[in-house]
Amino acid sequence: MTTTSKPALTARQVAWRRRRQSAGRTWAEFRRHRSGLVGLGVLVVFGLAAICAPLLASHESIEVTKATGGVLEAPSWDYPLGTDADGRSVLALLIWGSRVSLMVGLLATAISMLLGTLVGLASGHYHNFFGKALFRITEWFLVVPWLPLAIVLSTVLGPSLLTVAFVIGIVSWPATALLIRAQTLSIESRPYLERARALGAGDWRQMRRHVLPNVMPMVFANTTLTVAGAILTETTLAFLGLSDPLYVSWGSMLDEAFNVGAITTGAWWFMLPPGICVIVVVLAFTLIGQALEEVYNPRLRERA
Amino acid sequence: MSAPTSTLVADAEIQPSRSERRGSGTWRYVGSKVLGSLGALLFVVVFNFFLFRVIPGDPVRTLARNRLVSDKQVEELTRTLGLEQPLPQQFLTYLKNTFTGEFGLSFRYRQPVGDIIIDRLWPTLLLVGTSTILAALIGVYLGMVSAWNRGKVVDNVSTGFSLTLYSMPEWWLGLVLLAVFAVGAGPIPSLFPTGGLHSTDIQDPNSFAAGLDTAWHLALPVITLTLAYLAEYSLIMRSSLLDEMGEDYITTARAKGLRDVYVRRRHATRNALLPTTTLVVLNLGFVVSGAITIETVFSIPGLGLLTTEAMDVPDYPVLQGAFLIFSAAVIFANLIANLAYSWLDPRVRT
Amino acid sequence: MSGLLEIENLEVIYRTAGGEIPAVRGVDLTVDSGESVGLAGESGCGKTSVASTILRLQPSNATIRGSVRVGGKDVQTLGWSGLRALRWGEAAMVFQGALHSLNPVQRVGDQIAEPILLHDPSAQGTVKSRIGELLEQVGLPAARARAYPHQLSGGQRQRVMIAMALACRPELIVADEPTTALDVMVQAQVLDVLSGLVGELSLGLLMISHDLSVLGATCTRVAVMYAGRIVEEGPATDVFEHPLHPYTGALSAAFPRVGDRSARYAPSGLPGDPPDPQELPSGCTFHPRCPVAREDCADHDPPVRLAGPGRPVACVLVEEGALQP
Repeated sequence: MTTTSKPALTARQVAWRRRRQSAGRTWAEFRRHRSGLVGLGVLVVFGLAAICAPLLASHESIEVTKATGGVLEAPSWDYPLGTDADGRSVLALLIWGSRVSLMVGLLATAISMLLGTLVGLASGHYHNFFGKALFRITEWFLVVPWLPLAIVLSTVLGPSLLTVAFVIGIVSWPATALLIRAQTLSIESRPYLERARALGAGDWRQMRRHVLPNVMPMVFANTTLTVAGAILTETTLAFLGLSDPLYVSWGSMLDEAFNVGAITTGAWWFMLPPGICVIVVVLAFTLIGQALEEVYNPRLRERA
Repeated sequence: MSAPTSTLVADAEIQPSRSERRGSGTWRYVGSKVLGSLGALLFVVVFNFFLFRVIPGDPVRTLARNRLVSDKQVEELTRTLGLEQPLPQQFLTYLKNTFTGEFGLSFRYRQPVGDIIIDRLWPTLLLVGTSTILAALIGVYLGMVSAWNRGKVVDNVSTGFSLTLYSMPEWWLGLVLLAVFAVGAGPIPSLFPTGGLHSTDIQDPNSFAAGLDTAWHLALPVITLTLAYLAEYSLIMRSSLLDEMGEDYITTARAKGLRDVYVRRRHATRNALLPTTTLVVLNLGFVVSGAITIETVFSIPGLGLLTTEAMDVPDYPVLQGAFLIFSAAVIFANLIANLAYSWLDPRVRT
Repeated sequence: MSGLLEIENLEVIYRTAGGEIPAVRGVDLTVDSGESVGLAGESGCGKTSVASTILRLQPSNATIRGSVRVGGKDVQTLGWSGLRALRWGEAAMVFQGALHSLNPVQRVGDQIAEPILLHDPSAQGTVKSRIGELLEQVGLPAARARAYPHQLSGGQRQRVMIAMALACRPELIVADEPTTALDVMVQAQVLDVLSGLVGELSLGLLMISHDLSVLGATCTRVAVMYAGRIVEEGPATDVFEHPLHPYTGALSAAFPRVGDRSARYAPSGLPGDPPDPQELPSGCTFHPRCPVAREDCADHDPPVRLAGPGRPVACVLVEEGALQP
């Protein structure tokens, strides 16, 4: 066998090439889940709509002072989804509302995942008082029902997009932390971690180099599911009037619909579209999350 | 709103223990769970205290920010909240009040919060109790049938149905049902009342007719909540059952000559109820949030509506009391469920 | 006399989304009463697939060709009542990793009682004493019947599995990796129990393991599987100490013998991995890893030749009758 004449790759290059290959394999496996692909497609559509909102509907169309339509008009050529109680186009509200719903959902998820992953890693890794205390705190937060907590926090902190995202992050981090902790415990019981410890690897190095890369796939799958939950939560909080009154979101549209009696007057064009949008987007994230779970945990696949 | 909880919990190898004294394990387990619940309750109580005092700046100014309050009202608020006392003193007063059931006076109703809560308790219990029981029965059954027929039409339809319901805000479902069946849409007449718990023309509140009237008012809310809850239960049961059906002991059971149907029922399904119970208990917060939103949509005068009404004022004593009650209820339900679980699963008590 | 277990030209093909996987590609095996036969090979060689067909426990996506007969009856075409009588009543299995092979929330006594009552509902009154009898046969106190699987040690659980397998007085026991999850001392105990019972009750035993030394100690005959085919067979000690096929040689050398100094300094293992059943090497499937492969080994699959009586080997380097003086 002849030796190759190519220059040897550095360890870092090898590591990156492996990561790319692994990502390629993950994508190939994900592609085989039709439900996940459908979810991804839906998300791309909504994401584009949110980003291109100014192109699809001028900002004026959602400003109350510049509304030109009649009150709660049924759909017509001018207003494909009718108007709201202030005469604004429901379709425009829907497009602009997607921005808030998606952004707050993503921001809240970032907060929740950051907090949850840190606490989960730490409580799984440290078996001393610190770790145990973190676990107890996680359990306590898990037991507190999220909506009363969210209501109280929102009332105290005041309604703004940031506080809403913060509140959602606070109520959803424990579930993530619990999952990450379980995964950390499982990974750390494997022999190669023991070997790393014996070789003198410190806590931080162990976590960064060994535990984190193995936890990341699960974190990734969990993140998509968390976004689904966060969007639902934001919609509920907005419906209850706890969201930023300066911005339109799907939940605030429904809040308005409820308050102006769209139910009793049968203004279905105001009531149905925001809800349907929420369902579709949450379902999309859920399908993606479930497909990812199956990709990363072969045990879930092909259970004959 | 908790997203579908993943069932990927690591299964750590259980060390074989050989406790010969039967029952000692059970008491230890019960004791630890009760202690844990008390700890959680204490945490909630303390947390409740600090929630309102964590605001930067002058609490009273911040709390009264959107309202025009006179100086006299500010003074009264300060006195009521006991804010002129040093913090440790406030905390002790708060603890004493909590344990004696004294939650202060509602800003809105000017009545003791404790009394108001007790007044509004039973509609919520009725609503939530009925819905969870119905949802548990239907949901578990649906999940079971789905798992047994994995991949077939029944499974796909049922799972799709559950996933869609699970992605839906339950209050939106309530709005839709209200619009269609209470207000009447198209050919469908108004079949149910649009809200409230009682009709105005009921003479005797204790009569059978009054009971029927209440049931009629609760019909749509219960249907809505049942649909919302059962989606989650069915998905969890399906997932747990599929896990159990793939386990090795199922092969052993079949190898012994047992019929597949029997093995499915007696071994797999029975065992799948255990993780299902755990995951359901983990999501009890969802039951509470459902109560709050549905009561709001249907104007049912229970604890949920009380809470959302308290948001407007804001009626802080009521909010504090409601938060405490809801949390205590979930902690208690958790405890009961954990104890029941230990009776079902011998692995945790031996 | 017809053999207890007769496997003839067995093929097991799994139909999956990624294509067809030929896990077993033509296996012949017989076990007579009173005989203990070992089936050796690495993970993925198809030995568990072979075992699963004996009681018709193969997954639903498996296509079976060839025949598997127990007591003269074709297992794969048996009707339900025949199959039920066969399962546990005529042939029983001892599975590996008994923590997951036993129902975790049922007492072990109840699990042993289950097949007894199934095959003979009238045994209700005597079942308790029968369970005690079975447990004592495997060296466990009768009181252990009230324990749950997680309360027992690994070795105890494996012995419960053996007791359970004997519950309906079968004639054939198929043990799939019965000692793999156990440490060496416990392994020896469990093997002692198993071989003792097999001798005492004149059972037929088919033991499956990747550990050739275990099979060498317990079985009278051993067959070695590689990539879905049997590559060598013969008396156990013979195969272990004088392997003819290069793969058997490597397997045998992989387990160090106590006292063999040279093994300590030159640990021998096989390079490479077991072949992917969907992409089998051409010709002799072993040739990529074979230390003595010739150039033409990649061209044709070597036929099975008898190196001696009862000594079939599938290697081109072994001549017919090679062991004959």
